[in-house]
Amino acid sequence: MNHNLNLLLDVAMGLNLVSLACSRLQTLIRVMALQGVILGLMPLVMEHDLDWRFALIALATVFGKGMVIPLLLRRAMRKAHTDRELEPFIGFVPSLLLGAGGTIAALAMVNQLPLLPEHTGSVLVPAALATILTGFILLIGRAKAISQACGYLILENGIYVFGLLLLKAMPILVEAGVLLDITVSVFIISIVVDRIQTVFDSLDTRHLTTLRE
Amino acid sequence: MNTIVDIVLRLACWLLLAPLLPGIINRVKAWVGGRRGPPVLQLYYDLARLWKKSVVMSTLASPAFVVLPAVAWVALLAAAMLMPLGPAGAGLSFRGDVVLMLYLLGLGRFCTAWAAMETGSAFEGMGAVREVSYAVLAEAAMVAAMLSLSVQTHSLTLTTMLSPTVGAGAVLLAAGLFIVLLAENCRVPFDDPNTHLELTMIHEVMVLDHSGPPFAVILHGASMKLLFFAVLLTQAVLPMGKLGVVSSACVLVAGVFVVTVSVGFVESLMARLAFRRVPLQLATAFLLCVFALLVAWKGGVA
Repeated sequence: MNHNLNLLLDVAMGLNLVSLACSRLQTLIRVMALQGVILGLMPLVMEHDLDWRFALIALATVFGKGMVIPLLLRRAMRKAHTDRELEPFIGFVPSLLLGAGGTIAALAMVNQLPLLPEHTGSVLVPAALATILTGFILLIGRAKAISQACGYLILENGIYVFGLLLLKAMPILVEAGVLLDITVSVFIISIVVDRIQTVFDSLDTRHLTTLRE
Repeated sequence: MNTIVDIVLRLACWLLLAPLLPGIINRVKAWVGGRRGPPVLQLYYDLARLWKKSVVMSTLASPAFVVLPAVAWVALLAAAMLMPLGPAGAGLSFRGDVVLMLYLLGLGRFCTAWAAMETGSAFEGMGAVREVSYAVLAEAAMVAAMLSLSVQTHSLTLTTMLSPTVGAGAVLLAAGLFIVLLAENCRVPFDDPNTHLELTMIHEVMVLDHSGPPFAVILHGASMKLLFFAVLLTQAVLPMGKLGVVSSACVLVAGVFVVTVSVGFVESLMARLAFRRVPLQLATAFLLCVFALLVAWKGGVA
């Protein structure tokens, strides 16, 4: 069980780095959706006895993160007529190196963390830290509103991985609340993206920092 | 006596088989493109033809213009002698020979770049700049790959280092080293060996003014470098140490063939990268090798 879980987490960490390196928004959204699907499968891998609640969480996560949210983002992207991140604040190579450095640091310090005995030997915590860091880098380093939204969602994926540690204690409460929250916020983001597009005729958030009368 | 025979056989193997690889790549490209393509032995004919020609030298160039390609060729051949060949082992092996190998590859590149600048043409200087600036990143990936093999096997000798374990690390290392192979040998996503569009050439720019036997030496050296990296990639990824003599030799040959054919496929199916995307690709190769190093270091975790 631990082995399969670690494999999924490794793939998720690899997808973090892909998301930092890709410049096409379409690819970024697809990578984020794939990561969401992989995270959704994790509750199924973690438990031996299949509870219906775990199956429900998995289904809701895969449906929400893998289909609904990418659909909303893709629609916003199509309306805005942009498909590339052209001038990020932090370039692709530096952000890739930053993300890789963060991932390596998270993996290296896993032995120093005071974890419960059942979580030692799994890369849950480093994967969560690395994913949150990736989300931050995307949020800080990208100029287009849609990339920032993807960064926010990847950040949320990291929090979800942390939440998996509590799966036994609170099986459905956290995930349900979180899923509802992010679906609503993606709604809001796509509306905001649409507004930015109509006002500034571009999705570059640099326009938002200049004051006008 | 036995050692002499061994060395001679080894030299013959490297020198005679190397020009076969570009021929195979061209054949694969022609096949994918639906053409008949040049014969597999084309490079041999080219080398023979070039060997008979005379050398044209710029009045600006010093004798180094002729000597340096030869030095680069000898450096590559020396690196090839250090590279173990499956069951046969290496021609020369000692503790730390991997460092010497890396430096010999660097020396070869230095000589090619210097010879390119001997003619005093700004254009060739540009090619040398491009080659060297890619090489900085490719070398970082190469060093990380060697380091991960070294950590994995607790050794600094190539013969023991190139007996890797199977696992996630091997996959990462294979991907990283394959990108390094493409970059070091100026193959398609980084450079196009067939291009004669001046603005995008890299390796071809550097060797533009060479002619006759020195040019033949450069071409042969390039094919030997390709064979060298294919052998390195095969041995760094496939655990051949456990197999018998005959089967591991077969696996080595098959591995080199598969690498060559996949270079051909990459070349026919991919376009070159834009110049500004190249550092990203090479950084990816570097990171793949670094993560292979991490897997080797951390062992079971990943």
